[in-house]
Amino acid sequence: MKKSVIFGALTVAGLAAGAAAAGTLDDVKARGKLNCGVTTGLVGFAAPDANGNWDGFDVGVCRAVAAAVLGDPTAVEFVPTTGKTRFTALASGEIDMLARNTTWTFSRDVDLKFTFVGVNYYDGQGFMVPSELGVSSAKELDGATVCIQTGTTTELNLADFFRANNISYEPVPIETNAEAQQQYLAGACDVYTTDASGLAATRATFENPGEHVLLPEIISKEPLGPLVRHGDNEWGDVVRWSLNALVTAEELGVTSANIAELSAGTNNPEVNRLLGTEGSLGEMLGLSADWAKNAIMAGGNYGELFEKNIGENTPIGLARGLNAQWTDGGLIYSPPFR
Amino acid sequence: MSDLHANSVAFVRTETIPESPPPGVASGPIKWMRENLFATPANTLLTLVAIYMIYLILAPTMPWILNGVWNANSLSECREILNGKSGACFAVLSERWPQLLFGFKYPAEYYWRPTLAFVLLFAAVAPVLFFDLPRKLLVMTALYPFIAFWLIWGGTILVPILALVGCGVGYAVYQRFVASNFAAGFFGGIAAAFIVWSLGGAMIPEGASEAAMLQPVPSRDLGGFMLNMMLGVTCVSLSIPIGIALALGRQSSMPIIKWICVVFIEFIRGVPLITLLFVASVMLSYFFPPDSSVDLFLRVVIMITMFSAAYIAEVIRGGLAALPKGQYEAADSLGLDYAQAMRLIILPQALKISIPGIVNVAVGLFKDTTLVSVISMFDLVGMIRGPILASTEWNGVYWELLGFAALLFFVVCYGISQYSQWLERRLATDHR
Repeated sequence: MKKSVIFGALTVAGLAAGAAAAGTLDDVKARGKLNCGVTTGLVGFAAPDANGNWDGFDVGVCRAVAAAVLGDPTAVEFVPTTGKTRFTALASGEIDMLARNTTWTFSRDVDLKFTFVGVNYYDGQGFMVPSELGVSSAKELDGATVCIQTGTTTELNLADFFRANNISYEPVPIETNAEAQQQYLAGACDVYTTDASGLAATRATFENPGEHVLLPEIISKEPLGPLVRHGDNEWGDVVRWSLNALVTAEELGVTSANIAELSAGTNNPEVNRLLGTEGSLGEMLGLSADWAKNAIMAGGNYGELFEKNIGENTPIGLARGLNAQWTDGGLIYSPPFR
Repeated sequence: MSDLHANSVAFVRTETIPESPPPGVASGPIKWMRENLFATPANTLLTLVAIYMIYLILAPTMPWILNGVWNANSLSECREILNGKSGACFAVLSERWPQLLFGFKYPAEYYWRPTLAFVLLFAAVAPVLFFDLPRKLLVMTALYPFIAFWLIWGGTILVPILALVGCGVGYAVYQRFVASNFAAGFFGGIAAAFIVWSLGGAMIPEGASEAAMLQPVPSRDLGGFMLNMMLGVTCVSLSIPIGIALALGRQSSMPIIKWICVVFIEFIRGVPLITLLFVASVMLSYFFPPDSSVDLFLRVVIMITMFSAAYIAEVIRGGLAALPKGQYEAADSLGLDYAQAMRLIILPQALKISIPGIVNVAVGLFKDTTLVSVISMFDLVGMIRGPILASTEWNGVYWELLGFAALLFFVVCYGISQYSQWLERRLATDHR
């Protein structure tokens, strides 16, 4: 008797959990808020300002999804996660999606059971050296001391790169980026290596950024993108196509400035389908017809988000590089809206 | 005789010479320096080296502090103002001051609420810490947890009132039965409190919090030094009674109670605090359904309290072990029962012996509250490492922020330590 009660309770709990996992979109709509996991703070990608408002490149993705689903870019509950808590927060359902400069890797996708819905930033490991060293290529770094964060993939990439080029180096293990900056400035190491975006952001905080150069070699692939749980494809589609809408908007020249005008109807059928004046794409996703328009209006298209948060006019000053549209020779490419 | 002298000697002084001050080298600061700083050649050498060391430290830091910039909007602006001179950028402290104290999500218009709770804290702990104060002030101490909860979290006032009523009923039941049987009083009191809470909880109307006088603030929005203080105060005050109970339980002659206490203490002491915090923040959310999870702040309080209670239990066990067996036997021979003997004879002495150890654990616990930053709660250190250093304006300001955090923690911990020394002197009854 007692056992059957327990089994019954387990079944009900399992069904409830299954139901909850199956309908993230409905959950979000019912809640009226999107729970979006972000980093606890990374320059340019996500950080709260002096008034506590979150801002940044990853934050822009969260706001776009919230605008697409709920029509309100401020209807987001930002849940700050650390590198250690991010995956459990997503897997346990505490957050609906994770936009936290997370590298898309095989094991995270397959083994941890997440679905990466796309890539919003193509990063890679780079090198920074003081310009007085006169080094112009990473292959000239034979015998250099290198500051490197322990326990990260960057450590392995570094070893691979130096072995492949048959040159030697001496690692200076450090724990955090903050420590790395101090060590590097104090001259404890000749070279500092981490993700190129992180290097650029670090360099921007130096008193004399001009005295340091980023070397041209990028020695690893770090595609960063938003992710959701496995097994809820409808919700995965919503996040994926919200991101794609931002990318397509840039490709088609739809910006937050001209979107009001364009949404009255244009001669370009793809723009019309994107903005919901033609076809029924929103209905297929389970969203309103103007979902993509809301997403774009939240913070602008992909290019606008990039320029505002991490682009060349910001202190971080990242060039588009790999993150240019495919039409400009980059890798940013969205499947068609059709 | 004196007449004779008066004739034979030309002059005799009849009164004593007034005392002249000691020579300059044997008095005042010079004497002190000669005795303490330059007594021997070796001593002199060490003094000179030490002075040089202090100079080496102060020469760069003093101008850095005195040149500090207090008004700027970003690090680059600071550097422009300094224009190449050495100087600190304290502007980050003035710009992010509320964030450092309250976290970045606590609504700015309600900052007065935690501030008021902080001020009231002094009124509440004073009668506990200084037992010369009138005992009636303890009423404030008893009410404080409920007032502070209501002030910080807001929401309907019915919740703290209900909690207070539950505690009151529990205490009344305890008082009624404790004279005949301690266990009946203790467990009856707990049961009565729970009955009141569950009955009352059903009666609080849905949505009462939204219309409340103080707007509710969720736990996730707490942060800054406020969070450290809240965790520190709550956990210390909870873990001392639990620690006493565990220490007594470990000495109990009842095997089940004894073994429960031993296993609990040894398990908790054998696990790093950070592991417990991860369990609290990460694993528990797997076990609860998504909507019914326990409040994160409460989870962390439970874990830290368990951790420090285990340590305090061992400290108090040391105090109990230090008491001569005669004290226990004396209590027995007076015909006191267990509760009376503990309350009147054993614990007052054992706790007095344990004061340095307990304070040591309390100071350590207060500093350990910064560990919550690794489970993405924004305490003071979490605020610095996360949002503030990650903002484009302030990325790269380390010394100023972490020095400020160190200063705040030092003030509190030094205060605790000074209090404990005062307490030891005050309680000293032996004649050493």
